[in-house]
Amino acid sequence: MTDLLARLRLVAALAVLGAVLGACASGGTVVLLPEKDGRQTAVSVRQGDKEVVLDQPYAAARTNAQGPRAYVASPQDVNAQFGPALAAQPARSARFTLYFVEGKDEFTEQSQQVVYKILTEIAQRPVPDVLVIGHTDTVGSDQANDALGQQRADIVRAALIRLGVPADDIRALSRGKRNLAVPTANGVAEPLNRRVEIIVR
Amino acid sequence: MSTALVSCRNALVLAVLAGGVVAAHAADIGQVKIAKGQVTIERQGKAMPAAVGARLQVADVVRTGADGSVGITMDDDSLLSAGPNSALSLDNYAFDTTTNQGRLDTSLNKGTLSVISGRIAKQTPDAMTVRTPNAILGVRGTEFVVSAND
Repeated sequence: MTDLLARLRLVAALAVLGAVLGACASGGTVVLLPEKDGRQTAVSVRQGDKEVVLDQPYAAARTNAQGPRAYVASPQDVNAQFGPALAAQPARSARFTLYFVEGKDEFTEQSQQVVYKILTEIAQRPVPDVLVIGHTDTVGSDQANDALGQQRADIVRAALIRLGVPADDIRALSRGKRNLAVPTANGVAEPLNRRVEIIVR
Repeated sequence: MSTALVSCRNALVLAVLAGGVVAAHAADIGQVKIAKGQVTIERQGKAMPAAVGARLQVADVVRTGADGSVGITMDDDSLLSAGPNSALSLDNYAFDTTTNQGRLDTSLNKGTLSVISGRIAKQTPDAMTVRTPNAILGVRGTEFVVSAND
């Protein structure tokens, strides 16, 4: 009798301990969402030496003490659990491109129109910050093009400031010839690569 | 200025190297774009309310209350947004705006997080990670949600 009681107590104690440990090691969920442009992407979920790779929309993993367990989530699951987080997503950045008249510090006529679209976009954002990124074609060295890209970005930044955008909200950067709009061999003059990209976010 | 590099490990080294040249903005790695309900930023042991427009630094912990949610744009265009009762730590950040090389390591200690990765993950797969108390996620240029301790 007392033996049985002791055993029951032990079982009960183990059950409580199990529940406590279970709560401590309580897991989480990871769900890959569809990309807007349908690109192939992935997230790896690692726990120690165990790994699950999520590479399809709504591929999901539950992480707990046993390691990641793969399953397929539904959009309803995602909205139920992550609705507030998804609703707080900041607006995606808006991108614009300005082209220069060859050999001058002036925008092309078409690009003048784009400037007004940029100002409108900036006005619509609650706390806008603007990146102005200068790009070049492949004529010249990395170093020379980094400097040239920066020069073009600085010109555009100054123009936006003149049009009333607060200086603190705009940064001018250069990517030189590292991000070509039109892929070319090295040393090729290409007007479409001589551009300044504006990102409003 | 073509580079903006900040991380836990090299912040001190950079501060020494850069002397007084680094502007206040150089330490900013992201900005709060959306804040609803209770949202706080913990920086060096002090908590302050996170208003829309607040700029974030490496090692900041962003917390939301039961009614809170927050949306952050990181400097590399990554978008991080957390739901109620969440704690998101910005552990490590380095981003070279010229080469797009960098690292972004965050931890979701509790709550829910949605992630749209930016230029760091696009340039270098797995250079962006999200840690939870029991897992590490490697990001390969993507959009996903993650929860911790639920």
